[in-house]
Amino acid sequence: MTLFKDMPKDMSKNMPKNIIALVDCNSFYCSCERVFRPDLWNKPIVVLSNGDGVIVSRTDEVKAMGLGQMSEPYFKIKDEFQRRGVYVFSSNYALYADMSRRVMKTLSEFTPELEVYSIDEAFLSLRGFENFENKDLMAYAKKIRETVLKHTGIPVSVGLGPTKVLAKAANQIAKKNKMKTGCIYSLLSLGQREIDLCQFPVQDLWGIGRQSSKKLNDYKIFNAAQLRDANELLIQKKLTIVGRRIQDELRGISCIDLKQAEADKKQIISSRSFDGYVTSKTHLQESIALHVSEAAIKLRKQNLITKCITVFIQTNPYSQVYKEQDFGSSSISLLSGSSHTGKLISYALKCLDQIYKSGFYYKKAGVIFHDLSKKMGSQTDFFNECDSDQEDQIMKILDRINDFHGKHTLKYAVLGTDKEWELKFKLKSPYYTTRWSDLLRV
Amino acid sequence: MVNLEILSSDFHSSSDSLPSQIPPVLFFEGYVPAGFPSPAEAYTENRLNLHDLVVQKPAATFFVRVNGDSMMGIGIYRGDLLIVDRSLEPVHRSIIVAVVNGEFTLKRLIKGDGRIKLRAENPLYPDLEITAETHFEIWGVVAYNLHDLRKP
Repeated sequence: MTLFKDMPKDMSKNMPKNIIALVDCNSFYCSCERVFRPDLWNKPIVVLSNGDGVIVSRTDEVKAMGLGQMSEPYFKIKDEFQRRGVYVFSSNYALYADMSRRVMKTLSEFTPELEVYSIDEAFLSLRGFENFENKDLMAYAKKIRETVLKHTGIPVSVGLGPTKVLAKAANQIAKKNKMKTGCIYSLLSLGQREIDLCQFPVQDLWGIGRQSSKKLNDYKIFNAAQLRDANELLIQKKLTIVGRRIQDELRGISCIDLKQAEADKKQIISSRSFDGYVTSKTHLQESIALHVSEAAIKLRKQNLITKCITVFIQTNPYSQVYKEQDFGSSSISLLSGSSHTGKLISYALKCLDQIYKSGFYYKKAGVIFHDLSKKMGSQTDFFNECDSDQEDQIMKILDRINDFHGKHTLKYAVLGTDKEWELKFKLKSPYYTTRWSDLLRV
Repeated sequence: MVNLEILSSDFHSSSDSLPSQIPPVLFFEGYVPAGFPSPAEAYTENRLNLHDLVVQKPAATFFVRVNGDSMMGIGIYRGDLLIVDRSLEPVHRSIIVAVVNGEFTLKRLIKGDGRIKLRAENPLYPDLEITAETHFEIWGVVAYNLHDLRKP
């Protein structure tokens, strides 16, 4: 097939029919809250980030008011929200994680090929539906949306396309005009793409950020159709292979496969900023111990051990009051690797001893676990310091108790009890689905 | 000589983490070589797991506490634990968790003659007719109730 200069370069006709659906939850955190607060089903709601810092989720009602941009600091807009009757929630990540699991589990019943992309998005491969007509695929997409809504209470939008980039674009179109689309949209048909891609701004494309779109604009590329039809060498030069992949995907050539198995993490980090400032060593020890506990839970969940720990503490470079800066980090290598919270805490505290300086006002602390590897059965070597079976048993019991009663029900004493430095979560909703004490009451 | 080996499944990777998880444990026993095999070996079964019985669709199942006494007539008391399954299709006489004008309520669904009514199982509460004006939603169908009989 010869390509003339002005012919649209959509190649999908020559490719085996690939059908990808991008399912993503509408205003996810807010929707989670609404499941247990049906009185708020059509009210303006926002959810705030850790420490009640910025807005991380908002409903269409808030958007319609023209209020509250994503990532806008809460303190700036607090009064306005109060005046306009906007409901505000602190993040309840335990709830959102559980609701996400439910959504993903429900989606997995529609296809064996599911890639969980983020807490509220997943790609589904609908291979096997190649012979279906478009209308039946739309009906299937509708069924997906209805089933997720019924089973979990979470409303989602579905975008269909022959590639991931096009599926994501379809999803965005679905969301832009929910009343009209019913939250379902398909870019599977060539004809539909001809219409819609001309009106789809490049900066809204998945993988194209503000910088990249500015570069494209300089070359008179403003919409997705223009990007699709642009000269390959130019795109390669300006946006590298990443841009070329996006271009090919726009042409209906699938280059970004569904990733199914979760790759083992290369490192696990747990860190947080303090609400105020911390200067006492005891408080820092509590904080580090907490981070080690959190990270160790993640280690054990993935059946990994760590052979290297880094602890870091830092002051606030933007502070007007506490100008003296200090950034300290210290690492320790373990001979045999461990996932035992107690052991890891004691190593981490040794690191802290190396870097703590009294008189400084620290704003952030954290730990990083590197050099991760799968936990094997016990080895029999003389210098073996890996976790004993008994130590593993204790961790198993600890995890089971905390899974049942709530995180940190049972914890190492060094974590402390009074956490004045802990982040504000003033407006958090109950742990409806992960704590017996917090169940919905009817 | 009996060689007992206990396998426990890794919960975190397989199922949804709803609370109350006593892992199903598979027992199997066999003799150390040199001796008779156990006659029971072929018949060992999985230990009974209440969670598997009661939670058919983990993604759609929610645990809910009973707050009122409108359903005492059928043995659902304040403080009881309801297993609510949102995937079940509500039919006439289903016990449902519903939302009426933004508030949760636990009632029996009465469907007939093209009308919908919510019936309490307590003579103190009258039937509630759902009209076109009522903002009504079925949150989920109650599959099981767990009542602690040791309470006074």
